[in-house]
Amino acid sequence: MGRYVARRLLLTIPVLIGASFLIFTMVYALPGDPIRALAGDRPVSPAVVAVLRERFHLDDPLPVQYWEYLKNLLSGDLGTDFRGRPVLDTIERTLPVTIKLTLVAVLFEAVIGLVAGVLAGIRRNGFFDNLVLVSTTVIVSIPILVLAFVAQLLFGLKLGWFPIAGTREGWFSYVLPGLVLASGSLAYVARLTRTSIAENMRADYVRTAKAKGLPPSRVIVRHTLRNSLIPVVTFIGADIGTLLGGAIVTETVFNLPGIGREVFDSVRAQEGAVVVGIVTLMVFFFIFFNLVVDVLYAVLDPRIRYD
Amino acid sequence: MTLSDIDSTGAAPAVPGASLLEVDDLHVEFRQRSGVVNAVNGVTYTLAEGQTLAILGESGSGKSVSAQAIMGILDTPPAVVRGAIRFQGRDMLTMSAEEQRKIRGPGISMIFQDALSSLNPVYSVGWQIGEMFRVHQGASRKEAKQRAIELMDRVRIPAAAKRVNDYPHQFSGGMRQRVMIAMAIALDPRILIADEPTTALDVTVQAQVMDLLKDLQQETGMGLILITHDLGVVNEVADDVAVMYAGRIVERGTVDDVFTDAAHPYTEGLMKSVPQVEAKGGRLQPIVGQPPNLAAIPSGCPFHPRCAHRRLGAAAAPGRECATDVPPLRLVTTGREAACHYSEEVLGA
Amino acid sequence: MTDQQQADLRHDEVAAGTTTGLASPSVDATDDRQNSLWSDAWGSLRRNALFWVGAVLTVLLIAMALFPGVFARGVDPRACDLANSKARPSADHWFGYDVQGCDYLSNVVYGARNSLIIGVFAVAVVLVLGVVVGALAGYFGGFTDGILSRIADIFYALPLILGALVLLRVGPSTDLPIISDRGPGAVALALALFGWMTAMRLVRSQVIAVKSSDYVAAARAMGASNSRILLRHILPNAVAPVLVYTTITIGVLIAAEATLTYLGVGLQRPAISWGLQIAAGQDSIRSAPHLVLFPSIVLTLTVMAFIMMGDALRDALDPRQRA
Repeated sequence: MGRYVARRLLLTIPVLIGASFLIFTMVYALPGDPIRALAGDRPVSPAVVAVLRERFHLDDPLPVQYWEYLKNLLSGDLGTDFRGRPVLDTIERTLPVTIKLTLVAVLFEAVIGLVAGVLAGIRRNGFFDNLVLVSTTVIVSIPILVLAFVAQLLFGLKLGWFPIAGTREGWFSYVLPGLVLASGSLAYVARLTRTSIAENMRADYVRTAKAKGLPPSRVIVRHTLRNSLIPVVTFIGADIGTLLGGAIVTETVFNLPGIGREVFDSVRAQEGAVVVGIVTLMVFFFIFFNLVVDVLYAVLDPRIRYD
Repeated sequence: MTLSDIDSTGAAPAVPGASLLEVDDLHVEFRQRSGVVNAVNGVTYTLAEGQTLAILGESGSGKSVSAQAIMGILDTPPAVVRGAIRFQGRDMLTMSAEEQRKIRGPGISMIFQDALSSLNPVYSVGWQIGEMFRVHQGASRKEAKQRAIELMDRVRIPAAAKRVNDYPHQFSGGMRQRVMIAMAIALDPRILIADEPTTALDVTVQAQVMDLLKDLQQETGMGLILITHDLGVVNEVADDVAVMYAGRIVERGTVDDVFTDAAHPYTEGLMKSVPQVEAKGGRLQPIVGQPPNLAAIPSGCPFHPRCAHRRLGAAAAPGRECATDVPPLRLVTTGREAACHYSEEVLGA
Repeated sequence: MTDQQQADLRHDEVAAGTTTGLASPSVDATDDRQNSLWSDAWGSLRRNALFWVGAVLTVLLIAMALFPGVFARGVDPRACDLANSKARPSADHWFGYDVQGCDYLSNVVYGARNSLIIGVFAVAVVLVLGVVVGALAGYFGGFTDGILSRIADIFYALPLILGALVLLRVGPSTDLPIISDRGPGAVALALALFGWMTAMRLVRSQVIAVKSSDYVAAARAMGASNSRILLRHILPNAVAPVLVYTTITIGVLIAAEATLTYLGVGLQRPAISWGLQIAAGQDSIRSAPHLVLFPSIVLTLTVMAFIMMGDALRDALDPRQRA
């Protein structure tokens, strides 16, 4: 196992570098005038242009530019934005908001998704099963953008139950955006759980468990659920990495100052250093949680051995 | 093990003087959208302490389904079970689900064909064997594991104490089936149902597993129902044999009698279709035709479309037309029953 | 294909994050059984209400994109009168008026064309990229597979919206064709560029599974060339899962387009687009909620139509999942 993890870690390095290089290329090096791209619509003084060219080694070939960036990155220096604020400070300020949002979303995803999936899977083709099937189809079909507005209109403006913008009310502020962010994954978890349970209920070892004279509750919990949840738990694990990087729309609509909204603002303002820094971080999260899930898989399913 | 031990596990007391197991006119059908599948159509037999009854038949003959009905592990619906299954005199089909459950394990136990898929892949074998003691007897984790090791020793798994924490996939096929057996005999059941226990195994391993089952039966005096399509296994192990076709028993008798001279054309066909050591050089004769479709079982004798002895129309004796009159299971010679209008002609043929 | 291979493949699928659940290429497309797969599938589709709901919605949507005038009841979306600004829906103007006082029904109807064009064009590019890269990686394996799969991993690690967002933002200041012109082509290309990986993994896993099957070995033994084996024997097997994936993905990409446009990097005024309508309506969400509501509902129905059809197709084409 240790060797497997080490090997996987080594394999993630090229992906991490590749992804940040891709973003770096898009931000700084697409054909055209990089300074024009960098500065966007603002007027830029020649002095600033000179500093930028120096800072990003714009007169060097692209690989050299990226190599300089990478060297700084490894020494913990993500650069500064146009106003001279270190990108690292921006991340430190915004990341906690995104982490809280992700936590709330994963909580919704796991609790609601699992409960719905288990109830549907145990009584397949029953009323609740059909309800889950139809409602998950509807939920995955509603774009997050639309869902966010509907949630704001209904629960925020009409009913007044939840705050619809900002983080002033602490954890309570995260309920609505968390639910919106979780919706798609929640529906998927419900379906995955349902399918997995329905499949396992027909498994030979469940028949054995009944033949052993185990009480029905034990047959379901210890011999059906335990096995069915392996793919679900691993999906939720990997989804943490996705949610940490996928909250651009939710954070923007709900006005939450997290890394998603920050990266969106920075893209609009063409703050290249901030964009590359945050995106690299998001890619890191994504890869990291996928690795965690692979390891988790082996822990949960003894048949899987990576050595 | 005495009957009072069963009482202590919560199962109901036996009716004095009753046979160990009486299956009486058992019917099982599966109601599906496409129609009704009649898997078992009136099966009757008894099993005594220490007796080994082989149930012989091809796949789809209802032998596995009838066994699962006895265990009470068919899902109802879609399955519908009728008739009576009396364990020590008490009908399991009229018991509450909870009473029935408490018989599974200490009363009747079952092992399945494919031990790899029948064992839960995510628990160690020790945990799965020990679960019997923990659930039925409230044993502690530690105690359950200790007794699991003893059982693994008893079914001759080498280095049991070391392997108790291993998972099913880490065992060989034969060893896995031993784990299944250990689990099934954990609570000293009065009846063990073995559903094709050796079909998935190599020939040499088959013999070892069958020997183990026989030895265990001699030690404990349990009744053994052996479900198989393997005539060799029946010949070696069983006292009596019941041959099933299309959900019915078509012939029943001692193994020696039935194997020497079949009284039903289907049994006769089975004997001729397998190679026999004694009759080297003879030609094998497969049974012509297809096994019956259980959703549309032929009228009359279900075997008549494939039967070499059938008599149709005017050729038949009154009330014994093979395509219209269902032959009852009847005594044809001493200790032998067959469901054929013309068993007397088949015997000695 | 043995059960073990099938199980491995399913594990691959889970690991790859493909959620089609369709790693079951068990038969050769040239085989009779493949034909019966399709006729069975049609039999099951015909009885699936969700499929018909999705199909009817899709036909309506296509008709709306082709003949918007009919659905807009002949009203010009750009004939506006500020006096009507934000007027509520009425018997004559079912969707009311927008901020500029334009008939909203007409605007929402005219929005279908861009969404559909972008969805279909993006999915076409996704398919070309996915099938070519996936088939090459799966068929040649080894080093080729290693490189192509790593490249897919790199793109996979970037969220779709984020990648397209950055590309579309810097696009106009570059000299790249299509990308620099801020039109539907640019949006579709950006979406395809960051959305082809799942198709690639799907095709790759299908190809690997089929490649090791007996009938491909037989074809090879009879001297068939690489390209013939790939085109005649392997790719047809990938059709079923790719079809399911494609149908669902059109819906997903239409939603993504609306999102990018809402975020300000997709289609630009004066183009007519649901994303633009939602963005504009957001400012008056308290005074005129119908401005967000109507394009949202139509957008959702559009996405739902494709997802329902895809779901129904998957159920029909994958016998394992049938109840």
